[in-house]
Amino acid sequence: MSSSAPVATKKRNMSKQDGPVIIRRPEHTVEIVSDSGEGAQKCGQIFGMVSARMGNGVWTVELIPAEIQPPPRTPTGASGNRVRIGTKPVTNWGDAANLVVAFNEQVLLARHQLDALQDDAIILLENMWATHDDEDIRREWAAVMEELSTTNYRIIEVPMEEQSLTITDNPRKGKNMFVLGMLAWIYNRDVEIIRDMIRLQFRKKAKEVAEKNIELMDLGYRWAGEHLDFRVEVPIEHPGVPMVVMNGNQTLAMGAIASGMELCAMYPITPATSVSHYLGEIFEDFGGIVHQAEDEIAAAGVAIGSSYAGKVAFTVTSGPGLALKTEFIGLATMVEVPLVVLDVQRGGPSTGLPTKVEQADLLAAMYGQPGDAPKVILAPATIEECFHTVITARRIAEALRCVVIVLTDANLATGVQPFPRPNFDARWQAGPIDLSPVPEGVKPYDWDPDLGLSRRFIPGQPGGMHTLTGLSHDERSKVAYDPESHERGCAMRSRKIAVLQQTLKPPEIYGDPSGDLLVVAWGSTKGAIEEAVDRLRAEGHRVSSIHLRFLSPLEPGLKDIFSRFKKVITVEINYSDRLGEPHITPENRRYGQLAWLLRASTLVDVDCWTRVPGQPLRPKGIEEGIKSMLPGRQR
Amino acid sequence: MIQASCSLLGYGIDDDDDRSWRMDDYAGAIARWCPGCGDHAILTAVERLLETEQLPPERTVFVSGIGCSSRFPHYLTTYGFHGIHGRALPIATGVKLRRPDLHVFVVMGDGDCCSIGAGHWIHAVRYNVNMVALMLDNGIYGLTKNQTSPTTPQHYASNTQPKGSFLMPLNPMSTTLGVSNASFVAQTADWIPAHLYATIHAAYQHRGFSFVRVLQRCPQYTSDIFEEAVRNPKMTEMLVHPDGVETPELDKIYTNKRVHDPRDLDTARHLAEPSDHVRLGIFYRNETKERYEELRAQRVHTAQERIARLNEEFDKYAV
Repeated sequence: MSSSAPVATKKRNMSKQDGPVIIRRPEHTVEIVSDSGEGAQKCGQIFGMVSARMGNGVWTVELIPAEIQPPPRTPTGASGNRVRIGTKPVTNWGDAANLVVAFNEQVLLARHQLDALQDDAIILLENMWATHDDEDIRREWAAVMEELSTTNYRIIEVPMEEQSLTITDNPRKGKNMFVLGMLAWIYNRDVEIIRDMIRLQFRKKAKEVAEKNIELMDLGYRWAGEHLDFRVEVPIEHPGVPMVVMNGNQTLAMGAIASGMELCAMYPITPATSVSHYLGEIFEDFGGIVHQAEDEIAAAGVAIGSSYAGKVAFTVTSGPGLALKTEFIGLATMVEVPLVVLDVQRGGPSTGLPTKVEQADLLAAMYGQPGDAPKVILAPATIEECFHTVITARRIAEALRCVVIVLTDANLATGVQPFPRPNFDARWQAGPIDLSPVPEGVKPYDWDPDLGLSRRFIPGQPGGMHTLTGLSHDERSKVAYDPESHERGCAMRSRKIAVLQQTLKPPEIYGDPSGDLLVVAWGSTKGAIEEAVDRLRAEGHRVSSIHLRFLSPLEPGLKDIFSRFKKVITVEINYSDRLGEPHITPENRRYGQLAWLLRASTLVDVDCWTRVPGQPLRPKGIEEGIKSMLPGRQR
Repeated sequence: MIQASCSLLGYGIDDDDDRSWRMDDYAGAIARWCPGCGDHAILTAVERLLETEQLPPERTVFVSGIGCSSRFPHYLTTYGFHGIHGRALPIATGVKLRRPDLHVFVVMGDGDCCSIGAGHWIHAVRYNVNMVALMLDNGIYGLTKNQTSPTTPQHYASNTQPKGSFLMPLNPMSTTLGVSNASFVAQTADWIPAHLYATIHAAYQHRGFSFVRVLQRCPQYTSDIFEEAVRNPKMTEMLVHPDGVETPELDKIYTNKRVHDPRDLDTARHLAEPSDHVRLGIFYRNETKERYEELRAQRVHTAQERIARLNEEFDKYAV
């Protein structure tokens, strides 16, 4: 199986009498990659959905180029999906794909170069390029085949175009359904469910469109049955509770609705915008609106104005937008108007990696404002948690009259995972706007000196007239430049955060409560880290992990937990200097963002293993990273 | 209309409110503007408007940016939001979008509106949210002590451009009149109280975004830029029309009049161009323009309604 062409030839001559080999695995990962616009993503989404519906654990990741229509047949234009399915719940995208369906050899090459494929991956590759009229294309094909000839991949050439042409005269628009059919046969998916999903997908188009797509899918299914010599079985264990399957931006949007917020002010920015796409479709059914502002700054301002005048509002953005909103976030903090900011992080700085994951806005969220601007920062770790975190964020913002920033990332935003369906609680929602009179003598900032909390004033409340100001002010909201008032205001705004911290529980430890090495992390990396920790523990290493949801204030008990491990490291998707690289010394080394915070707050010598690959971390990479840092190891 | 939209939103408005207010009831802290500053007159005109219209102080919101003019809300006893430089309009838009029952006024300066907040200004005109926006134009940054603003006359010296400003000033009237969906554009001056009052009164009565540029004297830094116009009433051309601002009490002083129908946008744009005259009055008014907060009005949903609808939504994603 060292070279591709003979395998394909051999397969065609292969006798089917023995039936296909069944590859039985607790989990399997498939990638579908194409040029942009060829529908690999749609194919992957439907495949993921049908797998979830049948009871498999699923995690899907979108592979997205930055452009809408990058040049065809280029490695940088590769677009598609990775779908990892398992018998148990799947919590991350895994290490490398076992099966790849590639619409041309260039996108396959891209995945190969990114180390995305298992050594023994099976590849189903469109073969129309091998005999293409254009000599350059034939040459490109040959070059890639040459490069891949040294690998252990099993490449199976598939006449996707030729087959699809028997049903549609535009295979570019239908090949993905042929591929879906092949995958349905390979993984033994319920074709009736797929047919329904195709119909749902094309419900807004003419009926013939859906039927043609179904025909293509059926053809792929038959073709695979007649030509392929393997099938994959990932046994199903039904989870036993009703499940839903969504991506993280959808759950953020649903959480916002469930929290009772009624205004989303935003400006388009990848990868956050799909939150507002989704809300744009359904928010008005709940009495809410999406306001697309003239810029990121105005979006924050409209949310603050709306929140000031009634129900807590939110704005949704990504790194560059967070930077622009900085001044308004400072204002909301100063005037104590509740505000929820959803930041779907991407690679930075500047425009950075718009479609790719990074966890690099933590310190900007924390310290982005001039002056002291204490606020709450939350980081959901899973797609399901995105939903509940927004609900929590709204309640905290309102109770504490403060800004709450929720940090998710591109991995959660576009990842799709089944999770138990939430049972709604009416208490999650904000109550109606309170327009009752302000009791005589109550001041706009009647801070409880112990808690820093004060009554929220809303325009329309008789007797509450006052002017909010971003200038330093006293309890009556009067501009006050005297030392005492400024000290007091700062203390009261900070006090609330401390009070919140005292209501929190210490984080749960994954693994033993003591050991050689503790991994501390936040956000979307949880699944991959815990998988790595499991593998290391299975090998006998004394490794545990904790995952923080509250980053400001930090959860209690960290120093105590850290003291029970010989070494503490963070694992994060952001940049840090590595010792051993030119000019990097223990004195000038810059750490990962959570590591900075933990070092500062605990005085523990927290180390870090961070990477910025523009893609989610893989369990294997984390495992190796942790191994390299185990106490007693040479680095 | 406001009543209707409020009941739609579920906010109780007390129809049999028998309270009444005098100008003094609206007064706030003692104004700390310089003696001779035009802002004092504007504050008085606004207090008079509030009294005339009997606006309940708790349902009236003044939003401002940063600068001398933006201290305005502190000097009133209504709800006020003294925000950040250039960004009063987004805050006010947010207020009005969810609370159309509130009477919203925005007070900003020339630097606020025409420079750092210019993007918001253009779009606020386009949103046409029902509010009054007063742009107090003294042609200079006063609070930060004498820097050139976008409306500073060319060659006029300041601390940042001591040899005189390099550029032609921006024309706030032409700019506003150039934005699609503009619905009320007027100009008045702090030194003609009757006209000032009549103009902001008309602005308040207009349903939509009412942009009023108030020519405002700064005795400290630009005392001379309106000096000639103040001294010589002939320099002023009053735009008059039964549908515009009529100030018969001024007829003897301001004899230079031009009949201008505020529905005539082309002429309004022409009149906004620089000339030897200072033109005051309503340049343009059109109540048929759509108001954003009305386009986006939603009815209030109960918690139970939302939960039922959320469950339907989750059904779509059930596996």
